[in-house]
Order: sequence, then C-alpha cells, then structure tokens
Amino acid sequence: MITRRKLLQSSAATGLGLAAGTLAAPAIAQGAKIKLGYVSPQSGPLAAFSEADKFILDNFAASEAGANFEVIVKDSQSNPNRAADVAGELIVDDEIDLMLVASTPETTNPVASTCEAEEVPCISTVAPWQPWFIGQQGNPGDPASWEPFYYAYHFFWGLEDVISVFTAMWGQLETNKQVGALFPNDGDGNAWGDPNVGFPPVLSELGYSLTDPGRYQNLTDDFSAQINAFRQANVEIVTGVPIPPDFTTFWSQAKQQGFTPKAASIGKAILFPQAVEALGNAGNNLSSEVWWSPTHPFSSSLTGASSAELAQGYMAATSRQWTQPIGFVHALFEMAANVMGRVDDAGDGDAVAEAIAATQLDSIVGRIAFDGAGLPPFAAQNVAKTPLVGGQWRLLDNGSYDLVIVDNSSAPEIPTAGVMEEIS
Amino acid sequence: MIWIDTIIQGVLLGGLYALFAAGLSLVFGIMRLVNLAHGDLIVFAAYLILLLVSLLGLSPFLAAIIAAPIMFGVGWALQRHVLNRVLGPDILPPLLVTFGLSVVLQNALLEGFSADSQRLPAGEIATASVQMGGLNLGVLPLLTFASAILVIVGLNQLFYRTELGRAFRATSDDAVTAGLMGIRPERIFATATAIAMLVVTLAALYLGMRANFDPNIGPARLIYAFEAVIIGGLGSLWGTLIGGIIIGVAQTVGAAINPEWQILAGHLAFLIVLLIKPRGLFPRAVD
Repeated sequence: MITRRKLLQSSAATGLGLAAGTLAAPAIAQGAKIKLGYVSPQSGPLAAFSEADKFILDNFAASEAGANFEVIVKDSQSNPNRAADVAGELIVDDEIDLMLVASTPETTNPVASTCEAEEVPCISTVAPWQPWFIGQQGNPGDPASWEPFYYAYHFFWGLEDVISVFTAMWGQLETNKQVGALFPNDGDGNAWGDPNVGFPPVLSELGYSLTDPGRYQNLTDDFSAQINAFRQANVEIVTGVPIPPDFTTFWSQAKQQGFTPKAASIGKAILFPQAVEALGNAGNNLSSEVWWSPTHPFSSSLTGASSAELAQGYMAATSRQWTQPIGFVHALFEMAANVMGRVDDAGDGDAVAEAIAATQLDSIVGRIAFDGAGLPPFAAQNVAKTPLVGGQWRLLDNGSYDLVIVDNSSAPEIPTAGVMEEIS
Repeated sequence: MIWIDTIIQGVLLGGLYALFAAGLSLVFGIMRLVNLAHGDLIVFAAYLILLLVSLLGLSPFLAAIIAAPIMFGVGWALQRHVLNRVLGPDILPPLLVTFGLSVVLQNALLEGFSADSQRLPAGEIATASVQMGGLNLGVLPLLTFASAILVIVGLNQLFYRTELGRAFRATSDDAVTAGLMGIRPERIFATATAIAMLVVTLAALYLGMRANFDPNIGPARLIYAFEAVIIGGLGSLWGTLIGGIIIGVAQTVGAAINPEWQILAGHLAFLIVLLIKPRGLFPRAVD
C-alpha cells in the first residue's frame, strides 16, 4: 500500500523520478489475494446460462485454492456493449490479474477482445470456437487476415464436432437420409448453414440430402412454410439451431399438421431441461449435443469431486435440475487456480498468458490443453477442444425429462446410457 | 393446396396478432396513449396464469378466468394512479412512462421467475388438429382466431350499444366537452385500460399455450400489434382484426416464397397499406 507518508519518504530519499517508477508498478504485498474478474450474462435473455454461477462461486471460495483469490463478478446483461464496458471496469478500476468469461459469443467476444487490447490475460468458455475465434477477427470473411491472440484463450468444442455427433446419431436409425434444416438468420444459424464450413458440405459427403428453406428471423410465429417444404421433400430428420420459443412454435405446428420426423437433433433450443419440459409430452426423444453431464467420467482438479458429485451438489443446493454450463463454469475456475499456481507473479500478464498456453489440465469437462488437437492451424494457439457427445431427452413418468447419452463415437471415454430411439 | 394452406395459416396467425392488438387499439383509440409496455403486460399476464396453473393445478383456461379480474384491477390501478397523471397535451410523458414500465416489468419478472423459458401446459390441445377438406388445422390456432373475433364483436357491442361505450366515444372525440356533460374522463380512461387488460389476459393465454415465453419476450410481440392497429385505422376494432390478418397472411405468403422474407413481408404489407391509405383502412374519426 502506498500511503502519502511513504510516498513522501521515498521521494525524499530517492528523488521524484524513482517515485514515479514505483507508482507505475504497484508492489504486490505479501499474501495479497490474486484478483480474478468474472463476466457472464446473469440477466437478460441469456441468463439461463449463468444460473449456476452463485453455486460455483461459493464452491470456489470454499475450496483450498479459492482462498488465495478474490473474484469480482460482473453481469453482461446479455448485451455485448455492456460486456465490453464491465470488462473495461474490471481491468482499469479493479486492476484484475486474470479475466474469466463465460457463455455465448455475445459475452465472451467483447470481453476477450477488450482483454487482448488491454494486454490482460483472459480465459473464455461456453461458445463454439468458430464464432469466438472468427467472430473476433477484423475481417471474418478473409481467412488470410486472421491473427492469433496473445492474451485471449478459449476452451470448448466447435461446429465440426456438432456435425459429427448429429450425423453419428442419425446413423443409428433407419432413415431415408432426407434432412430438413431450421437455420435462423443469426450468428449460429448462418454458421450452421454455411455452404463451406457448416452442415451442407458434410451432409452431402455422407449421402444425406438437405432441405434448407432459408434463413428465417428469430421469434417467428408461423412455420407452415418450413413444414410444407419438409413434407414435400419427405424429410425424416430435422436439425437446426432455433431459439427455444421458435422451436416450440415449430414443433407444435408440425404436430398439428401431422408432420413427425424420425429424429430431431436441435442445438441451443433444447439445451436446458426447462425448455424441453415446456414442450409437454412432445419433447420425448428429441436429441441434442451434450458437452457435459453428471455421467462424464471426469473429476474436478479443484475439489476432487466427480461430475456426478458436482451435479448432485448443485441440485441439493438449489433444488433445480443440473444444466450443462455448470461443468464448464466450474472448469473455468479450475483453470484459474491451475494457471495461477504455475506463475511466480500473478501481476505479470505476459507470464500468466504463457502459463495459460502451457496448460495441461484434467478438468471436470475433460482434458484442457492448447496443443491444437483437432483444430486448423490458425486457431491452434488459442483454442483447446473439449469432448462432445450426443444425447436424447427421455420423458420420465413424473413429466420431467432426463438427458441420456446415446452417441459417443467422437469421445469413447464418455459412457453411453442407451441407443438412439425414433420419435413417435 | 399448399397455397390455400399457407393463406389459411396466415389468417389464423392474424387472429393471434389481432388479439395482441385489440387491447392496444382500445387504449390508443380512446386516449391516444401509446402503451409501450403492452407486450410486457401480456407476458406479465402469462406469468400470472402460469402461477395460478402451478399453484392451484388448474387448466390454463380456468386459470385465465381467475387471472382476468386481477388484470382488470391492475389495469384500473395502473391508469388511475400512474398513467392519468401524465396524460396531457404533450404525448411524450406517457410514452416515457410506459417505456419505463416496460423495463421495470421485464426486470421484475426476471427477478421473480428467472430467465427460464416457460409455457402454459395446454396438454393434448396444444398439438390437436381437425381435418378440413384435406387441410390440417390446429385446434389452438382455430380457438385463437375464434376468440379474436369474439373479442372484437364484444368490444364493438360495448362501444356502440352501451352507455359506457357512448362515454368512451365521447371522451375519445373531445374529453373536455365530455367532461362538461358530466363524464369524468379519468374514470373512463381507467375503465378502458382495465378492459384492455381483460383482452391482454386472453392474448396471454393463447401466447403462453402457443409458444414459450420468458421475461424479455414482450417487446418483440408489440410491433405486430402496433402495425395491426395502424393498418386497421385508428379506433376501428374490426380494422384491427383485418390489420392483423393482413400481416399474418403477408408473413406466411412471404415465408412460402422464402423464409427470409417472412417478417419483412409483414412489414412491407404495412408500408404498402400506409402508402395507399395513410390513415389506415377504416379510420373511425377524423382527427
């Protein structure tokens, strides 16, 4: 702590020039806590992603490693501008040593970009790596211009993983390989439907034919055009990445019109159990990508708890069903503790960034290492991929739903609990 | 066949938009109040119904019947204690107050009900349909459309057949002169908003059964309601229904050509009507 008295004393002793030097690099007192900034969408349309934040933060504060940290939490309000603002506050006012950010490109991207510009190390998660990496580039349309980051790092899976999981799930069923697509006109929908990196090229390679009626606007109230197009093409598999209200509208309308595909593999809309329950009985056997579940055979490096124990702890503390972001937000704090344990001076941003890049961590969401495995060269430096499997929502007798893993062809270490079933 | 289906689906969708718009049209027509919180009030009513459904285990229809008088009271109190204070020659203060109300409602709902996507449990009826000449028509959209017509007929009867309706029309035409005749405009306004909240409850019932809602979904529902009111002409309730249908049909036909045009087609229809008839299709009064 630099008090006025100390400043005067040192100025007298060493001259003002040296005192200015002291000011620019505040000494970290022995035993001072390491400051972490954490940004997530705690309110607004994306707030469901952050429901477990309080539980995870309490857990972290209670852990042995957590005692060395002070976590300053900020809400992005699901708004990219707000996310950039609070990131700036954390860096300038709170002088954090490491930024953690989670959940959807709307929050992760502005925060990671701010950190990169301010040269503050940043670890990010819960956004497919393409929108995270490419979305932050100056010119997303020109791969030649893409630059790696020096301070921003990200762990999650990518679009290619969703595609392989979905097609593997469909492969378990007897179908006519006619796929209908519900791609909205937003960041996700355009990426999924992209003719170069999205679903279309992979599907045609695997012998599926795709009926893509076109990009619709979010919060559409009528899907009869899509349903008619799917019926005409005799579609038996539906995929897409709609928002929850749109999928409910589509699914109810499809049922009303007598259109029932054999499989519906949907990203985003049916991520949370509450959204599936909103469909009533009609949600049975809908399938989705699974990034984390209580049956994942991993455990926390922070508390030693297994995936099942973490989920149980959450359900006991909040009496709510577990959701997939829990594991990843927990892993974010595992990363923070692991990285800071490997640096001598937490205030040295370059050293911390180097430590992040050197991470070899067995976390609750699987192994995290920035070794470029499964990634194109341009993203290898900043992205670590975690395993992805496929699951189906099964209706339980009490009207709630259980997510059952039915495909693990991309990550055989994660056990399946059933096989893909047709929607009836 | 697909074209007939497309148009009929559009007409049924128009019924939903007309339900969203009827309450707005009523308030707008009588006191020139643009209620920017209308969409959020629909969501609020939907949560109220959901609360009754989950607490008392009722069907959403019964719950809506219980919610309706509560919403009536909410509307009365809102107009009496908040909006009447800001109504005046300047249209900006009420606009700002309803905008603020919209923000407050959204955040209060988020605080109270979390960001979870909710839906009213409609059971079998949500996916039920009837066969009509080779077309499958959903029972729920048909009910929505029938309700919209009933609401419009009911409000018209109220407007043109009752003493209250006469007071409504008189206040709408000239509040000062109506006041000289012994009508108290602030009470008429409160009654009008309260009745609008009854329609809001009905709109909430069908919105909640049709798709998911969450605390932030209100404003997106407001724009179609506005367009329906404007297309139909100020103060005309049948016009509001026609306006809703025009937007609904434009959307489904646009989507049948290309889903990218769905929302755009609705907005274009709105602009075209305004180009041809700037005062809407059936303007009630000259003002």
